[in-house]
Amino acid sequence: MRLYLKYASIIFRSQMQYKASFIMSLIGQFLTAFTVYLGVYFMFTRFPSVNDFTYTEVLLCFSLMLASFSLAECFVRGFDTFPSIISNGEFDRIMVRPRNEIFQVLATRIEFSRLGRFLQAGFMLAYAIPKSGVAWTPDRILTLIIMIIGGFFVFSGLFIIYASICFFTLEGLEFMNIFTDGAREFGKYPFSIYGDGVLKFLTYVIPLALFQYYPFLYLTGKSDRILYMFLPLIAILFLVPCLLFWRFGLRHYKSTGS
Amino acid sequence: MKKYLSLFRIRFIHGLQYRAAAWAGVSTQFAWGSMTILMFWAFYQNSGNRFPMTFHQLSTYIWLQQAFLSLFMSWYFDNDIFESIIRGHVAYELCRPVDIYTMWFLKNMSVRLSRAVLRCMPILIAAVFLPKPFSVSPPADLTGALMFFVSISLGFLLMVAFSMLIYITAFTTISPLGIRILAVSTLEFFTGAIIPLPFFPEGLQKIMAILPFAYMQSTPFLIYIGSIMGPDILIGVLLQMIWLLMLILTGRTLMKKALKKVVIQGG
Repeated sequence: MRLYLKYASIIFRSQMQYKASFIMSLIGQFLTAFTVYLGVYFMFTRFPSVNDFTYTEVLLCFSLMLASFSLAECFVRGFDTFPSIISNGEFDRIMVRPRNEIFQVLATRIEFSRLGRFLQAGFMLAYAIPKSGVAWTPDRILTLIIMIIGGFFVFSGLFIIYASICFFTLEGLEFMNIFTDGAREFGKYPFSIYGDGVLKFLTYVIPLALFQYYPFLYLTGKSDRILYMFLPLIAILFLVPCLLFWRFGLRHYKSTGS
Repeated sequence: MKKYLSLFRIRFIHGLQYRAAAWAGVSTQFAWGSMTILMFWAFYQNSGNRFPMTFHQLSTYIWLQQAFLSLFMSWYFDNDIFESIIRGHVAYELCRPVDIYTMWFLKNMSVRLSRAVLRCMPILIAAVFLPKPFSVSPPADLTGALMFFVSISLGFLLMVAFSMLIYITAFTTISPLGIRILAVSTLEFFTGAIIPLPFFPEGLQKIMAILPFAYMQSTPFLIYIGSIMGPDILIGVLLQMIWLLMLILTGRTLMKKALKKVVIQGG
């Protein structure tokens, strides 16, 4: 852990060397998220609600999704840029060092400018928490925190799968984007609005709905099943197959030789 | 003229090589389009008649957007061009007997066009066979169909002309990454890539009408679905031409200015 913090501070200082570029990227990330928010806002100026979810409830859902995604993108960035780590031979160097590979991939790439999105999520959260009409009892606050943590780990798992596929294909698979970027884009609305098929898929195959839709029902008081509150913790188990797949890929890794 | 044509052809054929990537792209875009349509479906289910277009029109719009995504993708920039400006390879290009603006313009066009050629048909064909309100419908009428082709070509050129301006900024800043992100988010929003422009509030739509962004992908798609009709089609196409001319002229002037001052760091 101390080594990780050391890595983090070095990366932070090196990214601060290009202050103007860093700030512009931060603003850009923020604006990207902000335009998506405007899209949601414009939709709700025309329609009062969607599937019984009001504007502020959707904002709450959107901000939770964005917060967990941006945290994952910031700290698990190494797996997101994994194709380049493999193709420039950096991974070979990582493998000869006496430390865990996952640790090194995580620690050597941290993208602080991605926190621009997190900023947007924070603003929306600050707006939506008082306005959403949710009675903020301690268990609901806990649910909120569990949702973000669960989301962080599920997104991390998806990034790990994306990276593991690179062991075989040597380049990123575009289709995975639908589960990472797509989940962020479409997860701004509770997943139930996309119909039963999509919801089932996101419950049993890729557990995105476990940390978004079900605990969200509990959060907004649409359901009082206490089990829903803890589903994000079950979603974290998704990491197990992801890590197994990673190890499987690692064993099959052949260097690109460059 | 001949050299530019063959340059375009080489790049275009080169782009057609990436078949596997194209199939991956097609399936991703198909999934993306379906999710977007399902999202709008939920909104259409719940509320009264406050829609700027029918649901079938909307589905058609989304499928066209996905099919021709490569023509209008705002996040695509040719890294070679940025590299050549930052690292100074642009010096070699200046020695060649070609106009550098035209060359980069064609390079961008060919990449986008070759991707679109590979991807548009599978998406459109699959979308035709979907059940009724979710499918892609034929164009409103024959003039609409013809004008769609004129308009989408102009919109495509407009998009490339705009991205040329971003390349040119790299002459003045060493790190163009920030400007790129800003440009992408502006484009995504104002061209109607996030939600179609007719869903914007009225006041904002009036502002959009005097900016170039609405004339990229929005105008051709709205002509196709019949939202823009009659004399409005001609006005739209005319505005597309004016903007295209203006952006190309601006790009050329800025390029000339930048090249006059360009400093190639040796080594």
